[in-house]
Amino acid sequence: MKKGRVSTRFSFLAVLAMFSMTLLGACGDNTATVPAPTTAVLPTTAAASGATTAASTTAAASGATTAAAGATTAAASGATTAASTTAAASGATTAAGGTSAAASALTGQIKIGAIATLTGNNSPFGIAIKNGFDLAVEELNNNKYLGDATIQLVTLDDKGDKQEGISVMTKLLDQEKVVAVLGPTLSSTALAADPIAQQKGIPVLGTSNTANGITEMGNFVFRDSLPEASVIPGAVAAVSAKLKPKKAAMMYESTNEFTKSADDVFKAELQKNGITLTGNEAYSKGDTDFRTQLNKLKATSPDLLIVSGLIGEAVPIVQQAREVGITQPILGGNGFNTPAIYQQGKEAAEGVIVGSAWFLGSTNPKSQAFVAAYKKKYNTDPDQFSAQAYAGAYLMATAIKNANSTDPKAIRDALASIKNFDSVLGTFSFDANRNPVHNPVVVVVKGGKFELYQ
Amino acid sequence: MVDASLLTNPVYLLQNLVDGLARGAVYAVFALGFTLIFGVLDIVNLAHASTFMWCAFAGWVVMSLLNMPLIVGLLASMLFGGLVAVVLEFVAFRPLRQEGAERLSPMISSIGVSIIMVSLAEAAFSAQTKKFPSGVLDPKPLYIGGTDGVRVSWGQLLIVVVSIVLMVALGYLIRRTRTGMAIRAVAYSQRAARLLGINVNRVVVITFFVGGVLAGAAGILIGLLTNNISPSMGSDIELRGLAVVILGGLGNIEGAVVGGLLLGLVETFTIAYFDQGSDYKDAIAFIILFLILLIRPNGLFGRQEANRA
Repeated sequence: MKKGRVSTRFSFLAVLAMFSMTLLGACGDNTATVPAPTTAVLPTTAAASGATTAASTTAAASGATTAAAGATTAAASGATTAASTTAAASGATTAAGGTSAAASALTGQIKIGAIATLTGNNSPFGIAIKNGFDLAVEELNNNKYLGDATIQLVTLDDKGDKQEGISVMTKLLDQEKVVAVLGPTLSSTALAADPIAQQKGIPVLGTSNTANGITEMGNFVFRDSLPEASVIPGAVAAVSAKLKPKKAAMMYESTNEFTKSADDVFKAELQKNGITLTGNEAYSKGDTDFRTQLNKLKATSPDLLIVSGLIGEAVPIVQQAREVGITQPILGGNGFNTPAIYQQGKEAAEGVIVGSAWFLGSTNPKSQAFVAAYKKKYNTDPDQFSAQAYAGAYLMATAIKNANSTDPKAIRDALASIKNFDSVLGTFSFDANRNPVHNPVVVVVKGGKFELYQ
Repeated sequence: MVDASLLTNPVYLLQNLVDGLARGAVYAVFALGFTLIFGVLDIVNLAHASTFMWCAFAGWVVMSLLNMPLIVGLLASMLFGGLVAVVLEFVAFRPLRQEGAERLSPMISSIGVSIIMVSLAEAAFSAQTKKFPSGVLDPKPLYIGGTDGVRVSWGQLLIVVVSIVLMVALGYLIRRTRTGMAIRAVAYSQRAARLLGINVNRVVVITFFVGGVLAGAAGILIGLLTNNISPSMGSDIELRGLAVVILGGLGNIEGAVVGGLLLGLVETFTIAYFDQGSDYKDAIAFIILFLILLIRPNGLFGRQEANRA
């Protein structure tokens, strides 16, 4: 019968297609880790951004000076963005670093872009982040933080996908003409999308990117999220001091830059603390059954299980670890830093330890005010990601205020010079590589919430 | 390779056998409805995965929000799946068939429907994963041969048993009933069936309904086993489901089950006996699939004269 032959050929084609898709999927991670234009590309980026506006020469000139904007920059900036048409005249006077709102060059609506993972398995991160942005922008506008100007936040969904991240970044820069970008949520997306902003000379501030190589992409890329390398050492040291484990087993997602780089940091820290690594098992994004890996790790009888994963997989991993009989404590990577771990993981999540940039019970007055406002607006507790997003929006607004300009280059310079800023994360500074400097904490799930691990 | 002591450990081997069968049963259950529609109608219904996902949510609504027991959730989910699939037949497939569309048109149409359904689910339930209430299945697994023996969780047991029951029931329906005879006739040739006085459209609707019911069972069972219900759960399993259908032989019911179990076992053993095995599990699984198809182009259970379903 003819039909049989047709479907045979079709089945071959289908298998070939599937096989190549698998291969492509495996290669996909490497392709994203490419670009890293170095910091020496300043003139070209200024020129690139200038191509769209009339003020390119003055913008480039202002780049040579510092963020305390001179009259020229203020005047120039008025012409750069579409929103602030009347700004040029009013902004010609002051040179101050924006301590008062008086005689500000800023008027009208200032468009800031935000990219967050609002759908898909990792949406718990993105939704918390969007909430943090929205709350901060609402406060900033209500309190007239930028004087007469208001911030208009344009938030787009990257679906946790690199390609989608690239397309929404392009949309924000080319269509929306934003002056700065907050996000994207995942490091893997940031590594794919941020080079576009770098190339166009638009500052981008990641509020949740913790992988290696983020700010190395260029001098317009910032983050306020402590990289793994700053959080994990403290967490491993705390666990090591309290539980004195001799052997640890690890599990990580091999299809994500952040979880892979965290895995490497964990490995190095274990060695420093004299803990033997008994096994290091991988899994892929979207996996649902982790029993085989866990069973294998259980056979190495570790004193501690370390999981470097994102929340979509972290919850089933924790539950299945308990199911296969791993009763030892679990230390999670940054992906565990959300209430979803205990809200969804229930009893299995009790005793899960995680290094964190911020925690709910912080006594910092800024933080307490944030928690209260967040609870009022969203009727749920904020997590570390909302706090970092909230801090990120404030940092960006402060940079715009200090630059007294909406010129992306001036905002970049003002952002880079932020030091000892009183934020929801504590006293906050950017280091020379545009990475955050502030103190991390170690927390543990107890009675269905995060507590300080002591 | 892994530690030598594990290679020779019989409990470890048995444990992986159990976990592999359970993992494979997931694929098998999913592939059953897929292969039925494939075999009877020659349609690659890529909306099967989103039907399956919606059924998991339907089961979740019934059990979590309405606090119904598992059996009610299972039946509601199966009924829901059947209805969704029938609606799809009327909306996405019948118009194409009546227009005498190209062979691949229904597949494209099903991709479109699938995207719409996933977006609707994201809008309706938000993209956050949902969990079944904790009392549905006992989280404590069963142990065979003491707590150092082989572990079987209730979800694993349930899915293996139900996949076998469904396979037998479906086989009975297709081979032993008048409806089954009509379905087989339509699978052989729609034109010939019509000439023999079979109401082809009615048979197609029945086939879609049964396919949807199977998607419903798969949705709730896989949701229970992984305790992870999200709009993306369909696309995570779709590719493997398609592979299993081809491996078993297009439209072959036993083939889907055996193919599913085989894929689950291969994946599990790759992870269990190779270092970082998870990174290679897909590659190894698909290489094996490819080799099998070289030897048996119609799949494990496919016959030369494709008298399918």
